[in-house]
Amino acid sequence: MPDLAGQIRAAARELLAAGEVAAVLGFAPGPLPMTTRPFAARTPAEADRLTWNGFCVMNPANLLPEILAAVEPPRGPKDPPPEGPLPKVAVVATGCWSRNIVVQIQEGRVRRERLVILGIPSRGMIDRRKVLRRVGGREIRRVEEGAHELRVEGPGLHETIPRWEVVRDNCRTCVHPTPVVYDRLLAEPVERTGVDRYAQVAEIEAMTPEDRWAWFRREIAPCLRCYACRNVCPLCYCPTCFVDDSRPQWVGKSLDPADTALFHLLRAYHCAGRCTDCGACESACPMGIRLRLLTKKLEKDVLELFGTEAGLDPGAPLPLAAFRPDDPDEFLTAGPGGGAGPEGPPPREEEPA
Amino acid sequence: MKLLRLPRQALADWLAALGRDAEVFGPKATAEGPALASLAPGETPDEAPGPPKAPLKTFFFPQPETLAVFSTRRDDPEAHVLRPPRLEAGRRVVLAGVRPCDARSVVLNALPFAGDPYFQARCGATVLIGAACAETCGTCFCRWTGGDPLGTEGLDLLLHPADGGDLLVEVLTAKGEGAAPEAGRPAAAADAEGLAARREASRRAAGRAPDPRPPLAAVDLLALHGAPFWGRVAEPCLNCGACTFLCPTCYCFDIQDETLRGRGRRIRYWDSCMFPLFTRHASGHNPRGAKFQRVRNRFLHKFRYFPDRYGPFSCVGCGRCIRECPVGIDVREVLREMLAFAGRGA
Repeated sequence: MPDLAGQIRAAARELLAAGEVAAVLGFAPGPLPMTTRPFAARTPAEADRLTWNGFCVMNPANLLPEILAAVEPPRGPKDPPPEGPLPKVAVVATGCWSRNIVVQIQEGRVRRERLVILGIPSRGMIDRRKVLRRVGGREIRRVEEGAHELRVEGPGLHETIPRWEVVRDNCRTCVHPTPVVYDRLLAEPVERTGVDRYAQVAEIEAMTPEDRWAWFRREIAPCLRCYACRNVCPLCYCPTCFVDDSRPQWVGKSLDPADTALFHLLRAYHCAGRCTDCGACESACPMGIRLRLLTKKLEKDVLELFGTEAGLDPGAPLPLAAFRPDDPDEFLTAGPGGGAGPEGPPPREEEPA
Repeated sequence: MKLLRLPRQALADWLAALGRDAEVFGPKATAEGPALASLAPGETPDEAPGPPKAPLKTFFFPQPETLAVFSTRRDDPEAHVLRPPRLEAGRRVVLAGVRPCDARSVVLNALPFAGDPYFQARCGATVLIGAACAETCGTCFCRWTGGDPLGTEGLDLLLHPADGGDLLVEVLTAKGEGAAPEAGRPAAAADAEGLAARREASRRAAGRAPDPRPPLAAVDLLALHGAPFWGRVAEPCLNCGACTFLCPTCYCFDIQDETLRGRGRRIRYWDSCMFPLFTRHASGHNPRGAKFQRVRNRFLHKFRYFPDRYGPFSCVGCGRCIRECPVGIDVREVLREMLAFAGRGA
């Protein structure tokens, strides 16, 4: 297993010492075992605090625009941008995170020329809740991550867990573990084939509408409306979110089931065609709600209807922000009750160059 | 104060007896640790160390809470007259297996809610049965914030493990007296002495860590407000409300009117200082428009504004916010930063 933490630190030291970047956005150790904290190193000495392990579950693309803005020379709101290129920021990126950066480039949120992407082929990140379930909720004081196993220790607890069994669901079904854009690749590319990406979604699709609704209501019942899922998502960046609007107020703020359902459905739809299934929403949820099953369903629909996956090509138009004459329109032509079901139109062919 | 000895197997019967005219709740074991839930007759609270996932405030400060009802019908001569809601009359609640940190949160929240009839009514209708902590978790820091693993603040009764598998039941209030177990027999003098010795040892352990309140109360507030570390503390923060919603002592709320088909209700729901809308003025101006300002407010409120007004910190050291923060922000580190700043003589 390559020493990725060491490689990230070395690359960060070098980039910062040479003045190539103003900050390196990665992870520092968190306060507890199985936690990490996003961290932007700004000096070669700070680079030593950077770390890497299976618990880096927050998507750093989320903080990227903020760090890019923070390293710019200070200026007033009406001052023109300074002449010459703005400082660069380096960022660690696995497959899905690199695809989020691509989406951000497509949406004009970040500029490629200001980034140095440190690509990290992903072995899959660990779901802290799966580990806790494995040890029956007992307290874990120390975790040691090996190549294929996890050794956990706590009061009266010594257990070795096969790593792959506690890897997050999104990572277990990921088919793009290697970054799609990068400036330096810090390890050998990883291939993952033969996974059934949509098995979890298919299970829910097979239910009757009533059962599906019951499943959805049950799944979101513990929601606190803390919005960690929204705030951790690199795609959720509207200046005013629909749930934060008070004139008019689109959605109630208490735990009324209709309001909670509305929030989750709209949040998911806002991510359609943009979500890369990075799993940050699910990892951030303090209540363990399986949020990504909603966005995974939309990912499947977009792939089936438009033949595209988010964030693979910085030059491609976004599927839901572009119109093509051959866009599926069964919902218009099939009449009442029509619409593209699971057996909707076949993926369209590539446009001739 | 009265001390009873209760055979452990009598605990289930005692709670079942209390359940005849009250709803009984307590921590129940789940695969991810204890969670507060309704206890059926025969069930006893889970004894796993640490507080359950949900904060106790859900019982005293529900999300949402109807404060008043009104009519909006044009033909109603009393339209828009606020009336008290139909209270859940006589809904009595027993909370069992409550950790001393959580019980203390009720006392702390009762300070700002002293004049709140809704909060006070729920307090009056609730019996709190505590479970003393024999073990502390890696995220527990109650002694740092003025609490104690054997603390009694806010509790009506407190259970301790005793030799022979029995339980010692401390009866702390008149309400506790009324709910005390019939099967409980007066404890021996040795039991009382043993408990006093344990308390003393716990107090001595607290004495080893310096009390953070005096230095923070003494530091110049404007200097602390302008301290350079807030930006660094806030940088990883997502400004989600997980910490505030899981915090037993966060009590910020908003009030809204909801109307439907001629009927309206005025509701109070949880709000969070992490959300931009919380402080946005009608003019559109937001005095806490930037993320670091909101983060700073959360910590200054807990460790400076609240103590300035009421005395204690508005934090019981339960550690939920540390455990569930998606970006690993640790309130203890922030407290240390604030203390270091105070120590520099700022």
